[in-house]
Amino acid sequence: MTSKTELESVVIRLAGDSGDGMQLMGSQFVATTAKLGNDFATFPDYPAEIRAPVGTTFGVSAYQVNLGSVSITTAGDEPHVLVAFNPAALKVNLAIIAKGATILLNSDAFSSRNLTKAGYTEDPRTSGELDGYNVVEADIGRLTLEAVKELGLSKSDGGRCKNLWALGLLLWMFDRDIKMVSEWVSNKFAKKEVIRDANLAALQAGHIYGEASEISAYVTPIAVKAATFPPGEYRSIMGAEALALGLAAAAEKADRKMMFCGYPITPASALLHRLSQLGELGVGTFQAEDEIAAVCSAIGAAFGGAIGVTASSGPGIALKAEAIGLAVNTELPLIIVNAQRGGPSTGLPTKTEQSDLYQAVYGRNGDTPIPVVATRSPGDCFYVAIEAVRIALRHMTPVIILTDGYLQNAAEPWEIPDVDAIEPIATNDAPARDEDVERQQQAFTRNPDTGGRPWISPGTLDLMHRVGGIEKDIVTGHISYDGENHSAMSDLRANKVKSVADFIPLQELEMGETKGRLLVIGWGSTYGPIYQAVKAVRETGADVSYVHLTYIQPFCKNLGDIINGFDQVMVPEMNMGQLNTLLKDRFSIDPISVTQVTGQPFRISNLKKKITAALKAMQPGEAA
Amino acid sequence: MNAPLTHKDFTTSQEVRWCPGCGDYAILRVVTKTLAEIGATRENTAFVSGIGCSSRFPYYVESYGFHTIHGRAPAVATGLKLTNPELDVWVVTGDGDGLSIGGNHLLHALRRNVDLNILLFNNEIYGLTKGQYSPTSRVGTRSPSSPGGSTDMPLVPGQFAIGAGSKFYARAIDTDKVGLGEVLKASHAHKGASMIEIYQNCIVYNDNVFGGFTDKENVKDSQIKLVHGEPMVFGAEQNKGLAFDIKTMAITVVDANKHADEILVHDETNKVIAQLLIGMPRPQFPVALGVIFHQPADPFDKTYYNNHVSGMKRTGNIKDVLRKTTTWKVD
Ligand code: SF4
Repeated sequence: MTSKTELESVVIRLAGDSGDGMQLMGSQFVATTAKLGNDFATFPDYPAEIRAPVGTTFGVSAYQVNLGSVSITTAGDEPHVLVAFNPAALKVNLAIIAKGATILLNSDAFSSRNLTKAGYTEDPRTSGELDGYNVVEADIGRLTLEAVKELGLSKSDGGRCKNLWALGLLLWMFDRDIKMVSEWVSNKFAKKEVIRDANLAALQAGHIYGEASEISAYVTPIAVKAATFPPGEYRSIMGAEALALGLAAAAEKADRKMMFCGYPITPASALLHRLSQLGELGVGTFQAEDEIAAVCSAIGAAFGGAIGVTASSGPGIALKAEAIGLAVNTELPLIIVNAQRGGPSTGLPTKTEQSDLYQAVYGRNGDTPIPVVATRSPGDCFYVAIEAVRIALRHMTPVIILTDGYLQNAAEPWEIPDVDAIEPIATNDAPARDEDVERQQQAFTRNPDTGGRPWISPGTLDLMHRVGGIEKDIVTGHISYDGENHSAMSDLRANKVKSVADFIPLQELEMGETKGRLLVIGWGSTYGPIYQAVKAVRETGADVSYVHLTYIQPFCKNLGDIINGFDQVMVPEMNMGQLNTLLKDRFSIDPISVTQVTGQPFRISNLKKKITAALKAMQPGEAA
Repeated sequence: MNAPLTHKDFTTSQEVRWCPGCGDYAILRVVTKTLAEIGATRENTAFVSGIGCSSRFPYYVESYGFHTIHGRAPAVATGLKLTNPELDVWVVTGDGDGLSIGGNHLLHALRRNVDLNILLFNNEIYGLTKGQYSPTSRVGTRSPSSPGGSTDMPLVPGQFAIGAGSKFYARAIDTDKVGLGEVLKASHAHKGASMIEIYQNCIVYNDNVFGGFTDKENVKDSQIKLVHGEPMVFGAEQNKGLAFDIKTMAITVVDANKHADEILVHDETNKVIAQLLIGMPRPQFPVALGVIFHQPADPFDKTYYNNHVSGMKRTGNIKDVLRKTTTWKVD
């Protein structure tokens, strides 16, 4: 083999038609990456249409991965390698890749028809548009067909192997063999011999092409050494997977059944699919007739003594709002997962956003507070799920978990936790019958510290009682329309949510000192880019600290103290400034709001600029 | 061994708050009496309701109860029954709650055949919200929201139920203690979703809307009680019968004495005849009461557990499941 270039980290983006198999190609590349011990972060970026018209820019599906021998927390700002399966894929991605990037083009897709479809009036390969990039062309379609021709496949079946051919070449470009992917293909198509052999042939042909063809004159294989991870046992994990496993782990820790009730919606469905595979952990899944039925059946399950869970995205959560209020009023535990996407209305179903924070915190009729927690990375979903269940069962309340489309589909290497070290989850178990009071009253005799009432399910002897959406007497638990009582019950519900803060950990600083000039506060999936941006700015000696919130309602008790230690606060978020409003309201501060609603994650470089500019503006005249 | 429970044991301390003379009172009495008679236990019985006059029902039954939100009782009940299939779950709903705002949930509970006993109190009006016309109101119903008379076609609950795939549909009248008690027992014995439509008189907003077949003088000629295996005969003198006219594919009323051999024998498993019986127009035909359709099939809660890998039991552990993928060690 020719010489190789060693890099600390590299960002690769694979782009093609949604039917070209980009997501599969990407995830298989990542599997080898994980095995080789690189740190990585992925970003599947796919269109709303399942099969948009072939060759169009709006049908382009992409998969981005950032891998490194150093710590990786984002899928990367600017790809260094772009694989473009057609002109449309080149067109939409050229603007975002790094100057001088290597572009591998599937040249036989550059027909005049495809160029027109992509909106090119001139072939970009000859127009000079690609000057300054390292362009490598291969007739991927033709070469794939040639590789599989002995197997007697139809042209369309044969053509379908071209992602494997390209994967073979990509593996060569990154100095990897094809062993792992070959094994995967052999397993996956064990029962379809011809398809299996065709995919293997394509994979091998792509790999050999790198070695043998003149391509090696333009491209030097890139080697990325293994990253240094703390000792432990690792696996690769996606957000949806981690959330499902975390919920199931919580059910085990609470020793209760779990009933997940959902309705198909992008990007929350992934959770339904994952949980459907966890039956052996006492998890049941139920696909309801609509979003309202999904939350209502989860509430019915909670009444029945199981951990009721429902999930959706913004539009579905809107439909569930009334029922979430019912769970508040009946003081039943319930987990509501919102995999956020761009809004309003149907909005951008496959693009990520953090714009349902107001909805989570405020979006119900009446004074109806509920705890809200947020996930920051794929692996973090596991821990946040457990924490949400813990809060729900301790305080007998619904809890909203905010995650988003990006996190649900993104993957990263993850240290498998020591399950034994996770605290069991306490439940407000049914008490013994107290003959001095009515059963109804017993069911609503609450723990003074947590506000949690006993979780008494039908089937429990001699503790029959009724629950419902009508206001009830604070003592007897019977219906009450009394104004003073309603006022007391409203306080009780508010105090219950406030009391969560007595049990959760204190807010930690992600980076920096507890006092200083600028404090950056983030929440949710922006963790990766904010972390890298703050780190980079701090390396220049700047006075900036970073806090990332898991607990949004209530905030950790000491958050106000931390904020008071800084001259200025900056809040970057992928919405129009929702956490910013919350912070303003709770702490009477006026933070710098940094917002982005483009459906794409923040870029580290943009955030760096914002932080630097803010610091500069605070002390005019000082060189940044 | 404790003494058997009586209807009093199924009665709560709560003052009942329906209008005096409301048909709901009669239904409540028959239900609590039936619970005692079928040997139900209070702890394993749950009443789930939506919103409306009828949906206050759970507050008055000493069992577990859930007064949910408008239209959603079948969904809440489905979650409860799936979680604990040992429970006897009763759903109480009305024509507005079950067929208008909650029509979708009722449809799917019936279609899935969840083992729920669904009591649909049909008074052809919205009571709690003060008298607007409902999806079962007859054309021309004058109400605050239809001062000139309603113009939309009413829904026929029984046809809706069977159309949705219900395996059990029965009909009764609030004040008919015997008839109502019988169908409640049959519904309870049926494993799967059973729907009972109860004609319930709203004395305030739609009084006597069922008078055509509930007034004492009309009863014999305007009602037919169906009993599986028995001929469909009715009338004060038992002189009328129902027959099937093959030419018109319709039910006809015949003289029972002259055409005894043509009279239909009630076969509750016959879906086609059930639909015709449910749809018989008044006043030309009597109103069919009793178990009109019943076709046993495995309930959803049973098939769900059978198909679940571990019957909803925890047979594995999270430690192992976390490792069901490629893992690697870093030393
Ligand atoms: S309004 Fe009608 S249905 Fe409601 S309680 Fe009064 S009489 Fe009964």
